[in-house]
Amino acid sequence: MSKAHVYKRDHINTDEIIPARYLNTDDEAELAKHCMEDIDAEFVNKVAEGDIIVAGDDFGCGSSREHAVWALRGARVQTVIANSFARIFYRNAIDNGFYLIESPQAAEKINNGDELEIDYKTGRIKNLTAGIDIDFKPLPEFALEIIRAGGLLEHIKTKKR
Amino acid sequence: MAMTITEKILTRAAGRAAVEPGDLVNANIDVVMCHEVTTPPAIRMLAEHGIEGVCDPDRIVITPDHFQPAKDIKSAELHKRLDDWAKKHGIKNYYRVGRAGVCHALLPEQGHIRPGEVIVGGDSHTCTYGAFGAFSTGIGSTDLAAAIATGELWFKVPPSIKFVLNGKLGKGVYSKDVILMILARIGTDGALYKAMEFVGDAVTDMSMEARMTITNMAIEAGGKSGIMNVDDVTRQYLAGRLKDNRDYTVFESDADAVYESVEEFDCDKLEPMVALPHLPSNGAAISECAGKAMDQAYIGSCTNGRIEDLRVAAEILKGRQVAIRTIVVPATPDIWHQADKEGLFDVFYEAGCVVSAPTCGACLGGFMGILAGGERCVSTTNRNFVGRMGSPKSEVYLASPATAAASAVEGKLTDPRRYMS
Ligand code: SF4
Repeated sequence: MSKAHVYKRDHINTDEIIPARYLNTDDEAELAKHCMEDIDAEFVNKVAEGDIIVAGDDFGCGSSREHAVWALRGARVQTVIANSFARIFYRNAIDNGFYLIESPQAAEKINNGDELEIDYKTGRIKNLTAGIDIDFKPLPEFALEIIRAGGLLEHIKTKKR
Repeated sequence: MAMTITEKILTRAAGRAAVEPGDLVNANIDVVMCHEVTTPPAIRMLAEHGIEGVCDPDRIVITPDHFQPAKDIKSAELHKRLDDWAKKHGIKNYYRVGRAGVCHALLPEQGHIRPGEVIVGGDSHTCTYGAFGAFSTGIGSTDLAAAIATGELWFKVPPSIKFVLNGKLGKGVYSKDVILMILARIGTDGALYKAMEFVGDAVTDMSMEARMTITNMAIEAGGKSGIMNVDDVTRQYLAGRLKDNRDYTVFESDADAVYESVEEFDCDKLEPMVALPHLPSNGAAISECAGKAMDQAYIGSCTNGRIEDLRVAAEILKGRQVAIRTIVVPATPDIWHQADKEGLFDVFYEAGCVVSAPTCGACLGGFMGILAGGERCVSTTNRNFVGRMGSPKSEVYLASPATAAASAVEGKLTDPRRYMS
């Protein structure tokens, strides 16, 4: 069961996702301990494997640190659903094989704690708690290829073989 | 199909007939810019994935700059990882200490930037090179690793916003004031994902140095890139400078190209601007903020550490004394050498400034001018986020070299026009 952790806010930045004071390591497990710390210090205690973060506009704005993606993945977050994403964060996520869902109406139709199920193929978020479906545009084949390979570098490796 | 300059460059780089905003393309990369902060992790990732080899060593340009010469043991280790890797792969465009400089000032100066090409760099201000009619953007370490290994990278073609800069800049007003005005109007996400295309009489009048100050700060509006047309000023700058004799292609936006929006600005009445803490978009005219006491002035960086900037500062500082700590950092060795030849160092010395070797230094709170809690710095750099130049309790005020120099003399934010005949 995937639970929604909803932050009805715009411009959640990379400093909030993983504060700069933890950037002296690129160890994913270590970063995961501080995931979302400056927006919700309790997040790491609440999150379970496969859970989903839901937010407003411009998620991931700020610096180009890939550590933000590593922290979320390390915390075993399944995906982030947001109205929109900042450019470099979006790229870094795909490059790391981390699926992001852009859906302008989702934040209004999902409440904190709702159970969600996601069909990545058809582009549908099933809100089991509310009993509604929310559609989203699936990532283009190009990005899916990278994600299926497990990230950009794995993708390149496979192509080179 | 009508296209913008950005769409045309990406069309060619992707080997397509045409592209439009939103298309995902795989583009050939002409130049990969590397420095000692983001490249060592990229090298490590490549090794971890068993990807040996570099697509084309000649397309890579390396300059340590953020902490160079190495400021401490950790940064020395980063430099060493970069050194060893460059040696192993025979990368000839490696600017070692003595020739190393702030990346975005060094690459154009040394002739690595050509119109019509695609340039990426592991640094968010890589957008600077768009001043030469090139597509140029900053990337993270994984992208950097991919570009190094394959010589290509995926992009989503950005929509373009046209910024028409009309009029003529008055005395004491510079391209830095123009970009601070634009940021104040559109905000830090005013150009999110977009290509910012700058045109107009005010741009045509600018030197290449001045133009680069504008494209440098495209990222401060969330832009993917900043771009300008090639004209005689560009051609003159490039003549005799380009590293390879390879020809370059000049692209121009079609008259009926589609823009997401067109923003007009009147530069005639623009005053010197200052971006107050803690956002580059927090711009105020000097008349609204003059008199605020400062503790330090910093003249340098990829935004405003070029020879023209040092000349402007020296003109104001000549025969005067600074009232606060004033740090002058020529952005590259050639700029440093030129400033020395022109006697600018004598002016800085006599005014009581300190001049350092080329480095990013205090711009990112690295070294060479870190601020203590409660201190304020008027700086010619591009970011004034909380803690950017030191203590989270310090404040950074972004301004032109002229405003920084005049403020250094008075020890408070000062209108530079008072010091210009
Ligand atoms: S001078 Fe400052 S902004 Fe420019 S590359 Fe260096 S650290 Fe970044």
